Amino acid sequence: MTASEFFHMGGYAVYVWSSYGLSAVVLTWVFLSPIFSRKNIIKELRMKYRQQQRQQETPENE
Amino acid sequence: MKLPAIVHKFSSPKNFYTMSGKLIPWFVWGFLLTLIAGLYYGFFVAPPDYQQGESYRIMFVHVPAAWMSMFIYMVMATSGAIGLIWRIKTADLMASASAPIGAAFTFLALVTGSLWGKPMWGTYWVWDARLTSELILLFLYLGFIALQASIEDPRNAARAGAVLALVGVVNIPIIHYSVEWWSTLHQGATVTKLDKPSIHITMLIPLLLMAVSFKLYYLASVLMRARGEILLREQNSRWVKEIVENDSK
Amino acid sequence: MTPTTGSAFIALIRRDLMLSYRHRNELLNPLLFFVIVVTLFPLGTSPEKQLLQTMAPGVIWVAALLAAMLSLDSLFKADYEDGTLEQMMLSPHSNAVLVLAKIISHWLVTGLPIILLAPLLGLFMYLPSQGIYTLMLTLLLGTPILSLVGAIGMALTLGLNRGGMLLSLLVLPLYIPVLIFSANAVDASLAGLEIKGQLYFLGALLVLSITLAPLATATALKISVE
Repeated sequence: MTASEFFHMGGYAVYVWSSYGLSAVVLTWVFLSPIFSRKNIIKELRMKYRQQQRQQETPENE
Repeated sequence: MKLPAIVHKFSSPKNFYTMSGKLIPWFVWGFLLTLIAGLYYGFFVAPPDYQQGESYRIMFVHVPAAWMSMFIYMVMATSGAIGLIWRIKTADLMASASAPIGAAFTFLALVTGSLWGKPMWGTYWVWDARLTSELILLFLYLGFIALQASIEDPRNAARAGAVLALVGVVNIPIIHYSVEWWSTLHQGATVTKLDKPSIHITMLIPLLLMAVSFKLYYLASVLMRARGEILLREQNSRWVKEIVENDSK
Repeated sequence: MTPTTGSAFIALIRRDLMLSYRHRNELLNPLLFFVIVVTLFPLGTSPEKQLLQTMAPGVIWVAALLAAMLSLDSLFKADYEDGTLEQMMLSPHSNAVLVLAKIISHWLVTGLPIILLAPLLGLFMYLPSQGIYTLMLTLLLGTPILSLVGAIGMALTLGLNRGGMLLSLLVLPLYIPVLIFSANAVDASLAGLEIKGQLYFLGALLVLSITLAPLATATALKISVE
């Protein structure tokens, strides 16, 4: 089909492209969110481990 | 009931983490390839429908999404059951990681179905047996997610979720059957075109390609979520500490 | 000599009934809710007989669902809060059997009154006597299912802070088949059609619930009580 036919989808463009567009947005978001979380998790854990190390290195310094 | 030793080997969080790390790229590539193939076939090879014209192409996301919504629920319930009965942590993780993905597919099935319904039936919503069952499925997913979110202890959250998911599984055929009964008795809506399609092969191929593509997507996504959760839960173990230290990003 | 499970079962029912009797004021609340909600519909739509009669089965049944759900609070909460529940679960008797006993006594003081109130509400909604008869039949089969399935939800949300809202989200989707078949049965009876199919289905759901719900509830209680 021609490019214009592709975009028009026989007059149903709104429905077809909204469906595919929404699907793309939702599935991308669901896919990317664990990737972003992982970065945060690593950061948080790193900070936590450093904290734990510091607490160990200065024991009972009342 | 004793499980074969091999299951125990894969059920350790560390092994799961390592193995899934290797599998994920394969799943992602597979997903992308089948996605492109399916979309190309679906838009450029499959002809317009005799009655619905071009609008039927929504089917290539709508139907696979609906299939995934049911498939993922079964995986969720099954892994929940495995975690409940044999107390395998990674099974618990699979269940809770699957839930948001399943809910997303259910939501997409409903919305794309609605968008397909407007040109097809003239209305965005109709209390058709399938739409209604799918809506209730969305409630079951959201209930599962809400329940797990409200329980602090991860072990208890997993067990409670598993019980709920299993009760839901028993209910899914009941709900589906009741809703079908109810909607055939209130028949006023036109019969769904999907009911008896003798589907043309050029339409079947992209449909199956998209279905496979979504499955690979699910596998990649669920493993990524599960891995993140493993890092948190096993944070006091040495192997996690090593991973965090060595992570350059 | 340890008492048999059978006698423990009966003893638990008697105990719960006695406790309910002592707190009988609290029992009225869900029932009043039931009546008030049904009353709201004519007020919110129209007092016209034809309309109300058409809505009657669904409206009364939805109100019954909501009232049943509200009444679930009295099922395990009190015993959970004072530690009795934990003690019960430590007993040598099967937890599922004890749970069934509690559900039965709960139904006797919540579900049964709902059934008895049905004729009054049928009157409010202009339901003819044939419809009222079927309504009571469906409530007789359905309210135990509501108690049984509701017990699972209650057990799952027992320890949680705002468990009430979550309970509705969990339990209402599971109530839907009961609603559909019951309301439909009443509709069918008004039209003079057969209702055997719907009643058999409700019966099947009841049997399924009696068999499985106590087990699921007992498992959920174990999780919540820890």
